[in-house]
Amino acid sequence: MTAEITALRPVDNEDADRGAAPLATWGVPIDVAVEDVSRRFQDTPALEGVSLTVAAGELVALLGPSGSGKTTLLRILAGLDFPDSGRVLFGGEDALSMPVQKRHIGFVFQQYALFRHMNVYNNVAFGLAVQPFRKRPSRRRIRGRVADLLSLVQLEGYEKRYPSQLSGGQRQRIALARALAAEPRLLLLDEPFGALDAKVRKDLRRWLRELHDRTGHTTVFVTHDQEEALELSDRVVVMREGRIEQIGTPDSIYDEPASPFVAGFIGEANMLPVTVQDGRIYLDDRPLELFPTGFPEGKATLVFRPHDSVLAPTTGGTIAARVIAERRHGATRRLETEVGIARHRVEIDVPVGAERPAGGRITLKPTRWRLFPGHPEG
Amino acid sequence: MTEVAIAAAASARLRRRAVTTEPASVRTVLIAVAVVFLAFFLLLPLITVFVEAFRSGLGAYLAAIGEKDALAAIRLTLLVAAISVPANLIFGLAASWAIAKFEFKGKSFLTTLIDLPFSVSPVTSGLIYVLLFGAHGFFGPWLQSQGIQVIFAVPGIVLATIFVTFPFVARELIPLMQEQGTRDEEAALSLGATGFKAFFRVTLPNVKWALLYGVLLCNARAMGEFGAVSVVSGHIRGQTNTMPLQVEILYNEYNFGAAFAVASLLALLALVTLAVKTALEWQFGGSLAATGNRH
Repeated sequence: MTAEITALRPVDNEDADRGAAPLATWGVPIDVAVEDVSRRFQDTPALEGVSLTVAAGELVALLGPSGSGKTTLLRILAGLDFPDSGRVLFGGEDALSMPVQKRHIGFVFQQYALFRHMNVYNNVAFGLAVQPFRKRPSRRRIRGRVADLLSLVQLEGYEKRYPSQLSGGQRQRIALARALAAEPRLLLLDEPFGALDAKVRKDLRRWLRELHDRTGHTTVFVTHDQEEALELSDRVVVMREGRIEQIGTPDSIYDEPASPFVAGFIGEANMLPVTVQDGRIYLDDRPLELFPTGFPEGKATLVFRPHDSVLAPTTGGTIAARVIAERRHGATRRLETEVGIARHRVEIDVPVGAERPAGGRITLKPTRWRLFPGHPEG
Repeated sequence: MTEVAIAAAASARLRRRAVTTEPASVRTVLIAVAVVFLAFFLLLPLITVFVEAFRSGLGAYLAAIGEKDALAAIRLTLLVAAISVPANLIFGLAASWAIAKFEFKGKSFLTTLIDLPFSVSPVTSGLIYVLLFGAHGFFGPWLQSQGIQVIFAVPGIVLATIFVTFPFVARELIPLMQEQGTRDEEAALSLGATGFKAFFRVTLPNVKWALLYGVLLCNARAMGEFGAVSVVSGHIRGQTNTMPLQVEILYNEYNFGAAFAVASLLALLALVTLAVKTALEWQFGGSLAATGNRH
């Protein structure tokens, strides 16, 4: 999987001599802008006022639970669906007036959508073979290009196989090779690893990242797997119910979530209903040694991650908790606890050998935490 | 326990593993019932047709087929099939495309409508055309004033045949196209194919076996249709008699040898259809399996 990725031979050298239409703009990554895009399906809004920019060569993840509109947005970028309002710009040009064929995108479908009646060679060559006669590369060029792409995806010698004779991971890579064949300006992937088992996912993920670094395509991919989004992308777009919750680098999304939803969806997070008063945070009328700055008084949600808290001595200002279960969690031990009168569930990670008082009563203190207005939902 | 005993026990376990396999006696009975049924209802009549056709010898057989009216009937049958099968190929493709790939109002109604020719008696189908295009029919007077004769002429026979054989192609294609969805077409378009190229390079190849099968069945029925054609044809010898009608006329005239001779041609058509289908499946077994075709 991690073998050296060969450089791609450009399609157009030889064919430029034939007086063919210039292919120079192909494969050159473009920047993409989505401006205030909305889309409704019957009565259900799928996208509501979504705006987003993707820089040329950037790798962006659209992350969200199912029904968040991420696939709809991807299909609108591809030209397979159209918004009710808003604009989509490719390199500053209006993309909505271009049909899907003219957008020069490469789309990798969730179930790959390989042409089952064609062998691997014809699948990969399809994007070149269907070009209008004047633009179409010669047979020899196509053969060379397919060979390059198959070596790029490390499936040399598979030309004669049919999709039904390939494993899931191999199909995925052929789908990618097919999408790259016509040198797309923008690569779109819909749940690219969704149908694969965990081990293959991990390998392919790393491989795709390397491929992107090599080829430099502007890439947008859809996923519901936060780990995938964080590991693979330059920036993550977190979506929820047709709106964008937050856009940011993996670090900022993880460390500075803009809402309790983002905190809970990206990684794990504890959420406690608290009250802010006199510059202090109160949990069930007990003040905590946590001091928010410039936060409006009233109901708030205290958010912290299991690994961002420590066992603290039983002095004032800590959170009293009762351990109800514990289990091994990688290198640490995960304690499931109940906190406060309403028995809020809080999980913390402690070192495996950490000493703690008998009887299951502990006190803990968040080391990194965030505060959001209003009490947690549900 | 000895090694032999262990091996025997193991193989007994293996044999028992196919839980859906019935005892030998049940299997034998089921197979016997199927074979006897097929022999009695299908094979025996088929043999009878050929035996009767050749009863008076090869010379009489050839004479019966070479007879002027018989030749006219064969020509007419081929003409009707040559028009109605391509027409239904196009109609069937269009209808299944529309039903499988688009959402529109009245879609389920259209689906039901496509099945109508199968649920209506062929005689009724024929009568509909008489009522529409006959001398006293709805369009009859106007057609007459234009000098166009539909009923008791070739156009009527073609119309009736198209009506009766319409569902074959569509019914083969609709479930397959619905199952395949529009993903492949979207993929083709995203790769720069025009709608035209996507259809001929992706959609059509994806359904080609079902399509071919539908066309074979459609053709067999188009050549063999009796009821609807009988109503609209008028039985004019040498002019509006198709092969099935010719068989009936000859039979009613107690000309059994000639009747069975013409009938044997129809039976032969059925056998050829079957052989072509089997040959295709055998020849392209691999790619059939690859395309996940059910036939």
